[in-house]
Amino acid sequence: MTTAEATRSNLPTILPPSGGILGALSDLFWRRPTVLLVVMLLPPVLWLGVVYLGSLLALLIQSFFSIDEFSGLINREFTLKTYGELLRPANLDIIVRTVVMAALVTLSSAVIAFPIAYFAARYARGKWKALFYLGVMMPLWSSYLVKVYAWKLILAKEGILTWLLSKLHLTALLDAWLSLPVIGGNSLSVSFTGTFIVFVYVWMPFMILPIQAALERVPGNLIEASSDLGATPRQTFRNVLFPLALPGIVAGSIFTFSLTLGDYIIPQIIGTSRLFIGQAVYAHQGTAGNIPLAAAFSVVPIVVMCLYLWGAKRMGAFDAL
Amino acid sequence: MANMTSAVSFQKVSRHFGSVRAVDGVDLDIRSGEFFAMLGPSGSGKTTCLRLIAGFEQPTAGHIAIFGESADGVPPYRRNVNTVFQDYALFPHLNVLDNVAYGLMVKGVAKAERMSKAEEALKLVQLPGYGGRRPGQLSGGQRQRVALARALVNEPKVLLLDEPLGALDLKLRENMQEELKLLQKALGITFVFVTHDQGEALSMADRVAVFNNGRVAQIGTPEEIYQKPQTRFVADFVGSSNVLPPDFVKRYSGQNRWGSLRPEAIRITRATSGDGVPARVLSLHYMGAATRLALDAQGLRLNATLPAGAALPEQGESVVLTFNRESLHVMEDGA
Repeated sequence: MTTAEATRSNLPTILPPSGGILGALSDLFWRRPTVLLVVMLLPPVLWLGVVYLGSLLALLIQSFFSIDEFSGLINREFTLKTYGELLRPANLDIIVRTVVMAALVTLSSAVIAFPIAYFAARYARGKWKALFYLGVMMPLWSSYLVKVYAWKLILAKEGILTWLLSKLHLTALLDAWLSLPVIGGNSLSVSFTGTFIVFVYVWMPFMILPIQAALERVPGNLIEASSDLGATPRQTFRNVLFPLALPGIVAGSIFTFSLTLGDYIIPQIIGTSRLFIGQAVYAHQGTAGNIPLAAAFSVVPIVVMCLYLWGAKRMGAFDAL
Repeated sequence: MANMTSAVSFQKVSRHFGSVRAVDGVDLDIRSGEFFAMLGPSGSGKTTCLRLIAGFEQPTAGHIAIFGESADGVPPYRRNVNTVFQDYALFPHLNVLDNVAYGLMVKGVAKAERMSKAEEALKLVQLPGYGGRRPGQLSGGQRQRVALARALVNEPKVLLLDEPLGALDLKLRENMQEELKLLQKALGITFVFVTHDQGEALSMADRVAVFNNGRVAQIGTPEEIYQKPQTRFVADFVGSSNVLPPDFVKRYSGQNRWGSLRPEAIRITRATSGDGVPARVLSLHYMGAATRLALDAQGLRLNATLPAGAALPEQGESVVLTFNRESLHVMEDGA
């Protein structure tokens, strides 16, 4: 027997347990992976299930209560009266305005985000990729309020945008745009156009990143295969790239759509005095004390999102997942 | 001038990536209707050549003509050339039938017609009735067939195959080799096949181009490549021939050049003396149909293969090697 063999034969076949509670736990987790899973998932499940879903349920229940218009007290009997109130022209107006704004913001974000995400996924490497992530994420590092107020200054009548357009002799164009009904106003910062621009800017990263992740997963040779089979770049986009990126676009649009539906700060700082859903909720649960109507308003984005996801699924948006 | 009967012709084609010369001054003439193999180790430029024919790459210098027509600046979607990709590149969001019909769909062929053609193509590759499945539900061999059907349904003038059998297991690979060969003969389409497997290239191709460092080392029929390698690289890469130095070759042929000797051309006699090269057996590798021997002939490492059933020497034994003078091939590349 050589010395190497002798040393080897002295080593135990089964190593002793590493000892202590942690060692015993490690062994237990290895033998029973479900135990580890339960231990890891219990806190978040409790949080999500009880605190989050619980309060959502409470909200839902509240929306079926009604308010006594004379005493201002909440009548805790189930009724659809509050939902009836929601359908009043003034309230319906708020809902339609918010949903249309959210849809436009989502569509524009997708159109702007796609080329950026495509560049990042297909062409950017190394330094350029880092620059892309920095460029997309950096706006998220500064406070949301700071960004919104910065935009107020940019869009104001005395702001840099007006100045720039006047230098380019395009003031007439801006004035023509602002004179349009609904989307126009005294200046960009008090028009729906301004609200729209700021929404698109603020939610853009939430659209770019999911699309980029989806495009990253599309193998380059699928694009080549499509081209090889005779598809022009346009056909390749429509038949291969877009369907495969669709789950990412839908994921991104869930962010931009739902964030716009629920936001109440941007339309308050930039835009007209007409309300959006978020502002309506804020107003009803605060000074007005109409908790049932606020709750009913909050249910609207949830229903809209459910309809949206159902439609996306029906259209096959998740087939490529 | 491009020969009118040549399917693909390369004139001094180079493709450089920065300082890397992936393809470096290649001249090639692939004849119409032939099964042409491009053989070489990884990084030898064979796949880049295929991509140049497909149009995924543009030459840095030189010209490519496909059936006499210049392919300079022509994008892949305007070339009547189709590719079977190494990892098949099937569209995951489409079912098998839609995958096969894709080329016809983008060309605007009516739905009923393209579906029946796609179904026919699936029959051709022996996958009838698989149209409704997703690529993810198929085995590697089936995906390979779908990729083949997807390319063939377009009736390309040239079919490019990029190591299509690489991911298949041995048995399946052998079946597919045979099928591909039969299919090519039946359809009469020019096949250009890229592989690093010399056995595959020799058994399937009408002609083989051996690539090394972005250049073509030799073009010829499988017999020429195997029996008469022109360079040391070809001799070594194709069938691991014994490469013999000039002083050894000079003793037998009188020419002061490098030579090659096939392992199976060496005979072994278990005598300590006699007319031949004395050698010592270093090791034996049993390979089923044959046994491979590593030999040390006075400092020169040689490989020999003995067929099954032949008397085998033992490891460390001294033997004498003999071979026919004709089987010693003198190569063209210099001393």
